[in-house]
Amino acid sequence: MLQDIIMLAALFILRVIVPLMLVVGIGYALMRRFNGVQLKFSPGFVLALGVVLALWSMAAITIILRMARGIGGVTNLSDATPFGFWIGFDVMAGAMLGGGAFVLAGLVYVFGLEHYRPILRSTILTAFLGYSLLIVALLIDLGRPYNIWNTLVHWNVHSVMFELAMCVMCYTIVLAVEFSPALFERLRWRKAWKIVHAITLPLVILGIVLSTMHQSSLGSLWLITPGKLHDLWYTPWLPVFFWISAITVGLGMVTVESNLTARGLKRGLHQDLLGRLAKANAVLLAFYAVVKLADVVARGKAPLLFTPDLNAMFFWLEIGLGVIVPAILMAQPKVRASKNGLFAAGALVVFGGILNRLNVSMFGLWQFTGPVYMPSIMEISFSLALLTMGATVFALAVKYLPVFPKEEHSVTAA
Amino acid sequence: MTGISRRQFLKLGAAATGAATLAAQTQKAQASTGVGVDPMNVPSMLIDISRCVGCGACERACCESNGLEPTEDELGKLGPQVLTVPVRHDLANDKTRWVKTQCMHCLNPACASACPVSALHQTEEGPIDYRLERCLGCRYCMVSCPFGVPTFEWQDGLTPEIHKCMFCIERQREGESPACAISCPAGALKFGTRGELLAEAHSRIATSPDVYVDHVYGEHEAGGTAMLYISDTPFEELGFRMDVPTRPLPAYTWDVMSKIPYVAVGMAVVLGGASMITRKRNGWQDHEPDWDNDTSSEGES
Repeated sequence: MLQDIIMLAALFILRVIVPLMLVVGIGYALMRRFNGVQLKFSPGFVLALGVVLALWSMAAITIILRMARGIGGVTNLSDATPFGFWIGFDVMAGAMLGGGAFVLAGLVYVFGLEHYRPILRSTILTAFLGYSLLIVALLIDLGRPYNIWNTLVHWNVHSVMFELAMCVMCYTIVLAVEFSPALFERLRWRKAWKIVHAITLPLVILGIVLSTMHQSSLGSLWLITPGKLHDLWYTPWLPVFFWISAITVGLGMVTVESNLTARGLKRGLHQDLLGRLAKANAVLLAFYAVVKLADVVARGKAPLLFTPDLNAMFFWLEIGLGVIVPAILMAQPKVRASKNGLFAAGALVVFGGILNRLNVSMFGLWQFTGPVYMPSIMEISFSLALLTMGATVFALAVKYLPVFPKEEHSVTAA
Repeated sequence: MTGISRRQFLKLGAAATGAATLAAQTQKAQASTGVGVDPMNVPSMLIDISRCVGCGACERACCESNGLEPTEDELGKLGPQVLTVPVRHDLANDKTRWVKTQCMHCLNPACASACPVSALHQTEEGPIDYRLERCLGCRYCMVSCPFGVPTFEWQDGLTPEIHKCMFCIERQREGESPACAISCPAGALKFGTRGELLAEAHSRIATSPDVYVDHVYGEHEAGGTAMLYISDTPFEELGFRMDVPTRPLPAYTWDVMSKIPYVAVGMAVVLGGASMITRKRNGWQDHEPDWDNDTSSEGES
């Protein structure tokens, strides 16, 4: 009964409200162009709202169908490919994109690079939202999510999955506490603020340790699949590579997130800070590319790099377009000074990082399973719905909480 | 004042991590190779592919014993209702061979090391059993299994289960043989301890070396399995994975997992030290907001 009501509501939104909003949005855009009509909201806002509502209705339908028909009813997963887009993108790439938080927190609190503080809180918020949504995705993807508490009781210290579950749980709490001062400032809870302030440093160190553990463990997950995962990606160094790329891509994501915030919410942009991060990131990316290629060569798999097949293509897209090109771009002072240039370079890093996670969890397994798995529309739309939910909460948090330092209002508006 | 409490907190954290290390180290000894079964004494099965006629008696016996009711489309490959199945292979020389597939019951099972809550676990006797009440349905066991054995109920919304052959562990505990082993009319299946079956396999190969391929599949694969195959046809032509490492698969992740406590403690110490140095040089930067003048909220009040 409840299921039917939710389904009806979701379909009503998807079939009636969304098309209406799209029509209104497009119509308003045309009217403003030709008749000069001005309303209080922009046509882009209405259109975006339509798209977001459509995605959320799809997500609601996906959840209902997943409950009713099982995971096989909404995804293209099978016994041959038990992990899919929700693990590869939402969990593995999602955690990686939140990697900027532990790096920046370390720079500011442990190494005393106070000048990065203005972009610290927004980065922590991004990571916290990312991890929260990762957990949501995981709960949908688990077959028996109500048994998740078993990980707290029945420890299997040999299981990478166990370590991941523990670290992600703890780190999400750490991120929440790291962000909580913003809430306490808003509520003027002086005492709570002081308590959190007093434990911030150990908390940050704990966060870095937990991040190192679970970011690398996302790579260790695949160490147990020798012969299944393609040799371009299967290496004993997977956990180390995952950790390095969590840093590089996490920093790239800081650039992307700052730019999106500046554009979307009409805020100032700390171009100088992002430029400094990019300069360091260029070195890291170059190092990452060199060790990745050196690893393939050292394992004697160099011929695979030049075999004209899908795997080599995905590998070069990931390393070439996603690591080497942005490394070169970020090494140029001209690019670092340009808002769009740096945004583009950051976006490439993020693209390369996501592709790497998908390569390891999906494309790299095709040689073993055959290309039997591609994510279904429901899987992709659910992931996009989670992304838009994160963006919405982020925008609301920026509006109501002191996420950005006050002086930012006077900084050049974007 | 806060400085002291901060330092104390650091020490506390370090102590806690140290304790975790100790705990991890003590656990390491007992569990790094499953429960540590005796590779010669575990219950095993010798499957002679040259004798199998593909009658399907083993599959029917399995269904009967485990209460399975496979539908027409589920037949032919492993699934929730099919825990063992003879898979047909038509060879180039017009011959047909049948390969009975089921869980291999590795001596060092990848699935049991992968399971976060030990739902899949190695029993004292050796076979890998399943505790449904613990299972999260994360399906990492399926990813880790080198033989693609565990299957999942993809169409079940809220109570999906992992399915695989449990080697009739309940029957074994009552002193009976697994259902499939006693059902075979062609003598292709033989149940016994792994040591005696390995000897039997090698003696069969030695007595008719022109018939058998000189390889006992499962003797070394994945660190050794309880299911042992001998065949008159090269295993690669029968769909067997020949690239399964002989090193136990759990070792590949344990290489990394076993180092985590050291990395974690080392990192905490280094970062703690670095922050002390920073503190000494820069002093503690206090970012306490101006509580009286509202710095935080913008829109309201």
